[in-house]
Amino acid sequence: MSACRAGRGVDRAPASAGSASAATGGGAATVGVVTFPGSNCDEDALRAVEDAGGARARRVWHRETSLAGLDAVILPGGFAHGDYLRPGAIARFSPVVAAVERFAREGGLVLGICNGFQMLTEMGLLPGALTRNVGLRFRSEVVRVRVENARTPFTRAYREGDVLRFPIAHGDGAYVADEATLDRLEAEGRVVFRYVDAGGDATPAGNPNGSARNVAGILNEAGNVLGLMPHPERACDAALGSSDGCGVFASLVSAFVGAAGGAARA
Amino acid sequence: MSPPATAAPPGAPAGREGAAAPAAVRGLDGPVTPELVEEHGLLPEEYGRIVTLLGRPPNVTELGVFSVLWSEHCAYKNSRRLLRRLPQTGAAVLQGPGENAGVVDVGGGWAAALKIESHNHPSAVEPYQGAATGVGGILRDVFTMGARPVAILDSLRFGPLEGDGPAERRNRYLFDGVVRGVGDYGNCVGVPTVGGETAFAPCYAGNPLVNAMAVGLLRTGDLVRARAGAPGSPVLAVGASTGRDGIHGCSLLASTELDESSLENRPTVQVGDPFTEKLLLEATLEIAASGAAAGIQDMGAAGLSSSSAEMASRAGAGIEIDVGRLHLREPGMTPYEILLSESQERMLVVAQPGRADEVRAICDRWELPCAEIGRVTDDGRWRVLLHGETVADVPVRALVDEAPAYLRDAPEPAYVRRLRGTPPPGAAPAAARALRTLLGSPNVASKRWVWRQYDSTVRAATVAGPGADAAVLRIPGTGRGIALTVDGNARHVFLNPRRGAALAVAEAVRNLACAGARPLALTDCLNFGNPYNPEVTWQFAEAIEGLREACEALGLPVVSGNVSFYNESPAGPVWPTPVVGVLGVLEEVADLPTSRFRAAGDAAILIGPDARDTAGSEYEAAVLGALRGDAPALDLDLETRVHEVVRGLVAERRVGSAHDCAEGGLAAALAESCFDEAGAFGLEAADGPGHAGALFGEAPSRVVVSCAPGEADAVLARCAAAGVPARVLGRVGPRGGRFRLGPDVDVPAAELAAIWEGAIPALMDGTAVGAPDASGPAESPVNPARGGAA
Repeated sequence: MSACRAGRGVDRAPASAGSASAATGGGAATVGVVTFPGSNCDEDALRAVEDAGGARARRVWHRETSLAGLDAVILPGGFAHGDYLRPGAIARFSPVVAAVERFAREGGLVLGICNGFQMLTEMGLLPGALTRNVGLRFRSEVVRVRVENARTPFTRAYREGDVLRFPIAHGDGAYVADEATLDRLEAEGRVVFRYVDAGGDATPAGNPNGSARNVAGILNEAGNVLGLMPHPERACDAALGSSDGCGVFASLVSAFVGAAGGAARA
Repeated sequence: MSPPATAAPPGAPAGREGAAAPAAVRGLDGPVTPELVEEHGLLPEEYGRIVTLLGRPPNVTELGVFSVLWSEHCAYKNSRRLLRRLPQTGAAVLQGPGENAGVVDVGGGWAAALKIESHNHPSAVEPYQGAATGVGGILRDVFTMGARPVAILDSLRFGPLEGDGPAERRNRYLFDGVVRGVGDYGNCVGVPTVGGETAFAPCYAGNPLVNAMAVGLLRTGDLVRARAGAPGSPVLAVGASTGRDGIHGCSLLASTELDESSLENRPTVQVGDPFTEKLLLEATLEIAASGAAAGIQDMGAAGLSSSSAEMASRAGAGIEIDVGRLHLREPGMTPYEILLSESQERMLVVAQPGRADEVRAICDRWELPCAEIGRVTDDGRWRVLLHGETVADVPVRALVDEAPAYLRDAPEPAYVRRLRGTPPPGAAPAAARALRTLLGSPNVASKRWVWRQYDSTVRAATVAGPGADAAVLRIPGTGRGIALTVDGNARHVFLNPRRGAALAVAEAVRNLACAGARPLALTDCLNFGNPYNPEVTWQFAEAIEGLREACEALGLPVVSGNVSFYNESPAGPVWPTPVVGVLGVLEEVADLPTSRFRAAGDAAILIGPDARDTAGSEYEAAVLGALRGDAPALDLDLETRVHEVVRGLVAERRVGSAHDCAEGGLAAALAESCFDEAGAFGLEAADGPGHAGALFGEAPSRVVVSCAPGEADAVLARCAAAGVPARVLGRVGPRGGRFRLGPDVDVPAAELAAIWEGAIPALMDGTAVGAPDASGPAESPVNPARGGAA
């Protein structure tokens, strides 16, 4: 598997996706990927981090209680504890979660993908909730998302307005929050990714799951926790149809390069 | 469970036993009466054989165990003598039939395990759980071999969706439930569902078919087999607890026809728990990698009975287990119930002597119960205790190797000659109207509604997923790939079982050729009616011959498979439905040609001969309402040459797209090639064929390819050199253009695309998905329509 390559058929090529692959800070940073018993995208996330270059990836078992030595943490997709009750509802009580909460409150970078995004809302690190898709069916397809904020540690490899092709695969991906929260998220630039149609517009036709205001990914107030439903880690290989996701991992890794000591603390 | 690799030698019955059966268990064992034998689905002569083998009558527990191990489902008693005729060996084969799954060497130090299996009757009774547990079972068959599952494919058959009668509403309910079941299970475990096929015909209304195929990858040195180790090796039960679900699932539900009372069999349908499956998957692979296990087998059909007896049989050993040591779901279960339970997500592990603790430690880490329940012995006995008291004691060979095997003859049924002599209907609509009807037929229409509910991209290796001729997955860390497809056209098999079965193999290999892949191995799922019905007897024997002919001609070994008989409802048997899954390899996955046209202006080329007539086609069924004639003729030499030339053109990237002509013929293949998600391409082929036979006939050995205009001559020259007919039909038109084919078809491409994409959603969306009648609860025991996320 090669490192990130520019994707074919990208609507607008990310400005610098893959450019961070040359980044090697002194004392390479370490990105932890948490494995819950039912995680099933943990390997994909580990590989995406390794392919981005410049950072080590370490698997973190869900029973671990310390995240010492990590510079960023990824909560990957899957069905952490089966999710028979509600996605993320049980994972919230996994031993590692208290450590993730501490890590986030101290400014560590936390990226939640799909089930990881659901956990972050259950943990209260991100506002709102993910509910059943409109249509009440699991949706698996490649969608378009537009980068709404390229000034985050997770998206700095993109330009605002870039339209990226990411796979989605979820049954509970409809983002909901009250109007005031949504207004505030928009005003503060915390809607980072939005579902768009083939023309790049945030229309109902471009919205695969009924998310409020086509929200696909949001940031916390401090700017160090991102959750998104689409899977950038499955879009890091042009042979698989898209390498648009490389920018997320390149951004994450490059976040440490400028930060002395390797740790990005806000 | 796999068909035995070799039939049991007709060995002499075991020596006479002591006169007394193990003591009755506290009043739970009554006398074995003729009525009780019949209730267990055993023929009187089969019971007589048991008595002869034991030298005494069995007790009721033993009778129950014989009934499941000698059931059609486990013993293949009406198929195994014919199955032996199929080619099973080849240079790449590491493990043929007789294990949990077949295994082939795919190069570069990697091997692939593959297996397809049916879960038809459970899905007819409870579609969501039936389909879900079908997926669970086939995944376990693959990961018990030490292989990490990397792909699921499904092959589904239902009654017609169109109409508002109770039968059609039930067809839609079954379709909806099965798709949710397949999806939820695979999505949760995290194995992508990358391909499959779905077809509809009235014969499946009372008896849908749900076949699931799984493929796993492993390092060639890590293969684990399902055999017991040396005498003294500890035997452990790992995974979910044992409950009363699924008792007699394989003998009474799978091995009899469905009728009005079948819904009362809902308790024999197991309930799936994909989260536990995920834990079991990870734990099993860790156990396999640790080397602490001598053998591992899924407790699938016939549960603990078959897994323990079969593992002992493969090792030529005996086994002793105490069912009192199993972790149970409820108190008061009898040995009979424990032995026959088909509770899901359980594994039987034989540890290397002295290494049971390592197995236990791995299970602890994954929070899975693990109980040491017995040991391997050297006396060839299958002995079961309850808290130290013997409750069953029979020779392993009697259970596993001495099951009866029948071979019957039957003449060609009258329907075959009658349908072959039936002329085509006189009146036919204009070609453009026929094409619209055909593209809107659920058999030809887009199956996006199905596969959009399946996670096809998890594990980040899916190069070509659902909707492509063949699924392609990258082998981790390499530029190489495996290609997978599952195929079967039962209408062709019904009209001519031998040729229809061969056509299925040819189509599957042709699909792989469209992805540039070389076929390595085949797994088959043979779905037929009651084997005692002479019509079915004949169909089955003929279909096996067709499989054999095609596999031998194409050099393809059959490495695993499954036979499902008794697919009948009061309306009669289903069409004979052999489904074949084929695995192939390709050297480079980057820039792989697609199934769809790539650019306006490209030349559209037909490789292969023109079809002459429409007998047995989807066109005659959907447009003319006719079922008649013979299956299309198949020239296996020509077919092989077509595969070679297409494979070469794709591998060298001389063509941008390649798509097989199948249901709907050339016209449907060209239309599908135009349907791109970014907007349908037009087609300029007004000089192309115009008569119905050439447009809609389903002759095999044909592939539509496209290439840059300057490459067309080179492509034609390659075909000519290979002795394969080929010609330029026209060129790919602009997006949003018109679809012009022959003198009579001139339609906006977007209109055709809308018909093709919209047909199944229009039938399914907005319809109630609950049970449409009083036949049972609409909700499944476990969260019927689980959401969650990957």
